[in-house]
Amino acid sequence: MDTVEAPSEGAVPQARFDPRGLVELDETIPRVAEVDGDRASFDAHQLTTRQINLELRRLIYELDVREVTVRNPGAKHSLCVGILQRCKLTFEGSLGYFACGLIDGPEVRITGRVGWSACENMMSGVCVIDGNAGSLTAAALRGGDVVVRGQVGARTGIDQKGGTIIALGDAGSMTGFMMQRGRQIICGNAGHGLGDTMYDGVLYVGGKVASLGIDCVPGEWTDADTELIARKFAIYGLGGPPRFQKFVCGKKLYNYDSLEPSERKLVL
Amino acid sequence: MCGIAGIIYKNGTGSHPPAPDHQAHRLGADMTRMLQSMKHRGPDSTGFALYRRPSADLIMRIKLDDGGGDNGDIAYTDRLRRRRREVEARLRAAGARIDSIEDINEYTIAAALDYDGALKHVADYVESVPGAEVLSAGSALEIIKDLGDAQTVGDAYKLDGYIGTHGIGHVRMATESDVDISNAHPYWAYPFSDVAVVHNGQLTNYHQWRRRLERLGHRFASDCDSEIIAVYLAQKMSEGATLEEAMRMSLDDLDGVFTYICVSDDALGMAKDELAAKPLVLYEGDDMVVLASEEMAIRAVIDREIETYDPYESQVMVWTR
Repeated sequence: MDTVEAPSEGAVPQARFDPRGLVELDETIPRVAEVDGDRASFDAHQLTTRQINLELRRLIYELDVREVTVRNPGAKHSLCVGILQRCKLTFEGSLGYFACGLIDGPEVRITGRVGWSACENMMSGVCVIDGNAGSLTAAALRGGDVVVRGQVGARTGIDQKGGTIIALGDAGSMTGFMMQRGRQIICGNAGHGLGDTMYDGVLYVGGKVASLGIDCVPGEWTDADTELIARKFAIYGLGGPPRFQKFVCGKKLYNYDSLEPSERKLVL
Repeated sequence: MCGIAGIIYKNGTGSHPPAPDHQAHRLGADMTRMLQSMKHRGPDSTGFALYRRPSADLIMRIKLDDGGGDNGDIAYTDRLRRRRREVEARLRAAGARIDSIEDINEYTIAAALDYDGALKHVADYVESVPGAEVLSAGSALEIIKDLGDAQTVGDAYKLDGYIGTHGIGHVRMATESDVDISNAHPYWAYPFSDVAVVHNGQLTNYHQWRRRLERLGHRFASDCDSEIIAVYLAQKMSEGATLEEAMRMSLDDLDGVFTYICVSDDALGMAKDELAAKPLVLYEGDDMVVLASEEMAIRAVIDREIETYDPYESQVMVWTR
């Protein structure tokens, strides 16, 4: 979409705005990466958010590079969003808010930490975060694995619709809030309101649970649970898993059989 | 949205330990860099509460007007001159000896006072001059706030060379009250010397607490909900609570979503509401503690790889220098 120039009068400098609301207008691809076959790397220290994302897209989509390393991302927000290609991405440092949202396919490793809402609505792929993660990590996760080696914030996996979240540290309050499907493996303690109003899915907690949320109840352990946890721990080299408690939806809030008054009239 | 930040140097020397290039970091420059990196969270106004080693005098920063008057406007200049004269007269009438007065800009002054009486008495005397407002008072605290981004305010108030022990700052996106200096953060905890607060969030029982605190004799300089935190803490501390105890009480008493940072002459603390609805990222090093709404701001003053984390819900943490 082209940027639009507002009408100008006389010698007044032309004001420019972008109907998409982008703040970095007319940003050009920096083309700073060192490319070696299907591998590339670049330093993001002096680049803006948009420049970093443009360079990533150039490497992945135009040059078909399959392995990219980004150095010094500087905790900038909204990096690596919407990458829909199978590839391997490494960020040497920390990312800010909304990192790796909507990705479908990439295998991402972040050596630092991430801010709020990392991997939001991620469709598939893997994201391994070596440090801590902020609140709302993997919100509305659809598929793939999100592995946090540190602690995760409040409302982790809110509205989760699939996939697996693994946190080696503690999790904040309302973890698994309104979860609909998928799994969360929390090795540390979980805050208040665990699994509040969850519809479905499974929560595993290795440490203490401050309190369970509404309609979240202890679940029955099966061999499938043991197999799943052992498999995930083996894939990511996380060592021997601790003992977990399992929590599922109590289904007391299920009212799917109840008809609205207007519907009842039709049936009768 | 708003952005908050704070920094406390743990070595107590008043500056960051020398970096490899032997350039000591300075509080004013560090705070300006942190707040400027969060400009996108609030471009309306920027404020700083900076602390230096306590002086023997009581330092009172007084705003004579909200600015914006034309420099060439004789009536405006004359009004400011009259107000300043009146403020000086009332300081003396309240029993303070004026050791010096610094003109910070055309509408802000910093008075160094020799005064042993009740702070509320002299502050109320000054504020009885129409248009005058005490921005801060204490032996170590100085509040600097104005419209514009951090760089603009930092340059205007020459903060680059400010050496201090700890400080907090705020970039404001106004949602509930006017865009002017009175409604900008930080808020001095009137009438408690050397305590200030910055806040990110909304308080839903503001009017309830404002009425309670007004009945106890406190004054409010703005219509901003955040001011309630400063005055609330002041009230609790005047009843004998420590800063940390007062902050813990606030978690039960204040309703809404909030993360705030509070400072006294030797401590800096943070408190987060029970929903953890507003962000805060924290770095605790051997030499300093830095906290901000976004990690980007911490990276603006620490350029090496560091480990940071988000404090959890209902957490109160306090560090001393």
